[in-house]
Amino acid sequence: MTAAVLYDIPGPRARARNVLIGVVGTLVVLGIIGFVVYRFAVTGQFDARLWSWITYVNIQYLLLGALGNTLKAFAAAAVLSLVFGAVFAAGRMSDHRWVSRVSTTIVEFFRAVPLLVLIFILFFGVSRGLGVNISAYWAVVLGLMLYNGSVLAEVFRAGVRALPRGQSEAAYALGLRKTQVMTNVLLPQALRAMLPTILSQLVVVLKDTALGFIILYQELLYQARFLGSQGQLGAPILQVAMVVAVIYIAMCLILSGLSKLLEKRLRKSPRAGADAAREAEREEEFAATL
Amino acid sequence: MNVLLDNIDLYARGFLGTIELFVVSAIGSLILGAILAAMRVSPVPILRAFGTVYINILRNTPLTLVIFFFAFAYPRLEIYDLSYFTRACIGLILYTAAFVCEVIRSGVNTVPVGQAEASRALGFTFTQTLSQIVLPQAVRNVVPPLANIQIALLKNTTIAAGFSVTEAGGIYQALSERGANVFVGLLWVAVGFLILVVPLTLLQRNLDRRWSTAR
Repeated sequence: MTAAVLYDIPGPRARARNVLIGVVGTLVVLGIIGFVVYRFAVTGQFDARLWSWITYVNIQYLLLGALGNTLKAFAAAAVLSLVFGAVFAAGRMSDHRWVSRVSTTIVEFFRAVPLLVLIFILFFGVSRGLGVNISAYWAVVLGLMLYNGSVLAEVFRAGVRALPRGQSEAAYALGLRKTQVMTNVLLPQALRAMLPTILSQLVVVLKDTALGFIILYQELLYQARFLGSQGQLGAPILQVAMVVAVIYIAMCLILSGLSKLLEKRLRKSPRAGADAAREAEREEEFAATL
Repeated sequence: MNVLLDNIDLYARGFLGTIELFVVSAIGSLILGAILAAMRVSPVPILRAFGTVYINILRNTPLTLVIFFFAFAYPRLEIYDLSYFTRACIGLILYTAAFVCEVIRSGVNTVPVGQAEASRALGFTFTQTLSQIVLPQAVRNVVPPLANIQIALLKNTTIAAGFSVTEAGGIYQALSERGANVFVGLLWVAVGFLILVVPLTLLQRNLDRRWSTAR
């Protein structure tokens, strides 16, 4: 349903009222933005000195390196969580009861525990409790793998389950084995339908690499904090935070733009996958936050 | 077990902080999310545009960065001195509201067109259509995913621990100062979250199953 169904095509009086609401709303929003900008000006946040750090080549390299660290953690976590998700989705759909029970428990456990607590367990807990030292990088990557992998396992399972039953029945009738049915018939269709959801889950992975900041992994936010506390630069934490925010938003918009593009293309070609896509989307509503 | 019992005061204080943060942010995000959703379906184009921009920015910013901004950068503006707790709440509310808005909006969109058309034919205004016809029906589609978002919010409150707010995510620091076993201590924190999250998840699934068959 488009929004236009909710109200009539406005007549002259309604149009006048809408313009009035629009003007008042705009004034309120502009007022808030204006107030923030005013505070920026009053507290001297627009001083050239506070923005000059952007022009230093060393700092540009520092931020570039931090961006590299963020992307490194993102890439490793993305690949590992896809693998983890595939393995445990297969485990949950297994016909052997003990395999599916164990997989279900693991997936449900890691979905219910906050990601940050997982990262703390890996980073602070395991080293002192079990004597195995895990670097900040691996704590972030493994934490992201466990959490997002579990979410993805649910997405995969929902995608396969949403395919019409005729697909697997026909494949069995043709004499294919269990593994063949899965790899040759079900997965290709399900994966195609789930691709947008998987991509938007990867946006979550990218955003969550920022948690590395809390255990002092040297990614973008960590360097932002570091630069922001440099007295010689005038402690420009507000400015650095804004630049870092732009970097994050740009990266995430690119990824989610990709996912929307795929979704649009998938919608154009009607296939059995459409149902699976809808099912996966329901799963995504859970995944979309964190 | 000893780690838990010896430091029960820490755990009580931590989880109480978590629940406080959660309740305040949940209420705040529902209110702000509803306002944003109303903006996004309203007949005023400029309000729709504001809503869209807000959601695209907030949904694509890490929550850590949002709270980071309020914890470290906000004081520089010298607007009004707020406690870390309040600032963490503001961050959580602003972030979660974007997701709440999207869920409400897509829930409104699942109500059949005929319903809104019929109510318009009966002469209902926009506000009446929304509040008396569409929203009561949308609730079925909105509540289960909304519950999911609030569960995620409950887990997200741990991030505030990274910014000096007393809550469950910060228990490990106090534990290591006391020389307790941090590994076991953190596992108890995880158990605490399981106790909080699992009943909510079960409730959510129950609602989802019951209402999706009734649709």
